[in-house]
Amino acid sequence: MKLKTMTLALGALMASTAMAAAADCESITLGSAISLTGKYATNGVHAKNGYEFAIKKISEAGGVQFGGKCYNFNVIYYDDESKGDRGATLAERLINQDKVQYMLGPYSSGLTKAIAPVTEKYGIPMVEAEGASRSLFNKGYKYLFAVLSTSEQYLASAVALAGEKAVESGKTAADVKVAIAVENDPFSLDIRAGVMEDAAKLGMKIVIDEKLPRDLSDMTAILTKVKLVKPDLLVVSGHSKGAATAVRQIGEQKISTPMIALTHCEAADVTGNFGAAANDILCATQWSETLSYEDPIFGTAANYEIEFKAAYPEYASKKVPYQTAQATAAVYVFKDAFERAASLDKEAVRDAIAATDLKTFYGGIKFSEAGNNIAKPMVLRQIQDGAYNVVAPSAFASHKTNWPRGN
Amino acid sequence: MKRGFSGPKRGENPGEEADLMDQIAGNIGLLIDYPLVNFKILIDGVMIGALFALAAYGLALVWGVMNVKNLAQGDFVIGGGYVSWWLVKNVGLHPLLGVPAAFVVMALLGGALHGTPIHNWARSQTKAMIWVSSITAVVFVIATYMGEQAGSIAGYAGLILTILLIINGGIYNLVISRVIERDLFTSLLATFGLAIMGAQIMNLLFGSDTQSLDLGYDTLYFADGLIDVPIAKLIGVVMAAALATAVILFMKRSRMGQAIRATAQDARAARVLGIDTEKVYAFTFSLNAAICGAAGAIIVMVWVIQPFYGITYSVRAFVIVTAAGLGNLPGVIAAGLGIGAAEQYGSHIFGIGYQQAIAVMLLLAVLIYRLMQQKRNRQVLQ
Repeated sequence: MKLKTMTLALGALMASTAMAAAADCESITLGSAISLTGKYATNGVHAKNGYEFAIKKISEAGGVQFGGKCYNFNVIYYDDESKGDRGATLAERLINQDKVQYMLGPYSSGLTKAIAPVTEKYGIPMVEAEGASRSLFNKGYKYLFAVLSTSEQYLASAVALAGEKAVESGKTAADVKVAIAVENDPFSLDIRAGVMEDAAKLGMKIVIDEKLPRDLSDMTAILTKVKLVKPDLLVVSGHSKGAATAVRQIGEQKISTPMIALTHCEAADVTGNFGAAANDILCATQWSETLSYEDPIFGTAANYEIEFKAAYPEYASKKVPYQTAQATAAVYVFKDAFERAASLDKEAVRDAIAATDLKTFYGGIKFSEAGNNIAKPMVLRQIQDGAYNVVAPSAFASHKTNWPRGN
Repeated sequence: MKRGFSGPKRGENPGEEADLMDQIAGNIGLLIDYPLVNFKILIDGVMIGALFALAAYGLALVWGVMNVKNLAQGDFVIGGGYVSWWLVKNVGLHPLLGVPAAFVVMALLGGALHGTPIHNWARSQTKAMIWVSSITAVVFVIATYMGEQAGSIAGYAGLILTILLIINGGIYNLVISRVIERDLFTSLLATFGLAIMGAQIMNLLFGSDTQSLDLGYDTLYFADGLIDVPIAKLIGVVMAAALATAVILFMKRSRMGQAIRATAQDARAARVLGIDTEKVYAFTFSLNAAICGAAGAIIVMVWVIQPFYGITYSVRAFVIVTAAGLGNLPGVIAAGLGIGAAEQYGSHIFGIGYQQAIAVMLLLAVLIYRLMQQKRNRQVLQ
């Protein structure tokens, strides 16, 4: 009984301190359909936690201030069950029934694709943080803004890095042979297109170009081919299963390709699951806590990681995923836009978002005509003795690239 | 800074088809230039084929004896994989012991306790069972939706539900006993529902991430590293072979095996001769679940699993059983190994994206061949 009273008191205390900073502020309601159940649930929850953390921090910093008043964000969430049609229905409901005027994005390119036509129809500005497919930004949407880098940039820097390494070792970039294995879905095909484009610019040769099946659990056939044609760069992208299968079998089959680049290393926890087999593999990431980005609300990237872990103890033993950081950045974009627009009118807010030019802990944010962020590069990290170290682009590199692998 | 969004799109590039032909020719060229690779592809194929054969054998058993076409076959495989994975990660079991553990747990879930005193007792407590299970189910659903705060409550509720299911005769009693000897669509629909439920439950319990177990064993290399045989895979194949042999011996030698075969030949006659066919059915179904579970536990230490991967194994099992025919055990094993090898060859030549298509094409070829043969001989297909 005593314990219960104490917990209650403690809870009340915590709630009151959180409220104290911006207690007398009015509220601005945002809406979001997000995957809390279904196959994207893990990342959907990461994104939601990122939103909530941003709201809390902004409120502690005095809220959104304009016109002599202050406002706090408050989000209406609905669970889209990781299904596109459900997402679109819920977006309609948020706009028509809950009268939401501003939206935060769902998780994944697919869900964003399903919701964007709805927000577009009603002219509701949506800042999204989790849909990277470039097919979102060639439809002429006016109200869709994304804080993250588009997917064709994910592994393009690996191509440049392979070129640099070839030159260092006395060859030319055109001597580099590239092997590509990506899943047959919009996101991974974007990655393939980005790699192909950059490889073509440098005159590299694509020696293997394969599509992975959706239910991949064995890629020995591709790796055997890799052994025979000996490419200089192997690119694999197939969400968590692609990363898990690739790392496992690259280790088993002793693939000696000098440079291997993947996506979703963290999601598949390749270091935890496969240990040494993951060493020297390059992984694409939107954000890393070791980067030197900074802003007045969240501090440095490293500070974000520390404070987020303190607020959400369930992340204590793992890395804060970039999905969370970019969700936080999306809320920050809204705060900045409201203050510059100095109005609650959705058109004014939309124009203010379009004019965003912000430095955040997550990186620079500046939108192109199409709505994608063009101020933040993708980062490449290399797994070195089980740790993720930033190695490219060189402006942000904290460590040197181990090349060739295994040295 | 802005990138042009003008990369090649699917189907729009006229050179793409020519590229594909080039790729195929290049891939065949590799096979000729490096003859040893053929050997490697065969080894890889046989390894995965052995596990397909296990799942297919279970299916042939259930299909032949009970006339139930089990679409949830693959989900039993994945279920076994998760049982082993969970025990290794949470209880600290050795991954190799996960195989017998998954065998036992899946047998229980399948309905191994059907007709035993425990089940009879549970059957006499209908009212209590209904109350307990509905309350736990409600708790389970609420706790699941509350997410991480109530994670352990959901876990315990799930455990209680599982135990209730097991002592009530498992999946056999819940679903299968109601569709035996019904028409084709009833059993297909029921087991399809089972497959969807199974995948979704595993998704709720274990999350949608891919999982695997790393045994940490070395890899054997031959021919300058061109042929690699991971020891874990080798152990997996040996375990699969041992299990298959044990099942064959059991079916040939034991009284229960004889009863199963008698029931398969003619259920009515078997009943007249004093065989408890209900018991035989329950046993057959739980044996199938157990075989699948063991296969899944082997798969999780060699490849990767995910809640929605069941269908892959279901499709292969159906292809193999249809190709080999029911009650043809050597045929099932040969077809399993053959499909494994054909898929590896196919994915080497046409690309790994066509792996599953190759299995289905093979089935089509076998069916057409059978049809032609049947026409020529004017036989009725058994």
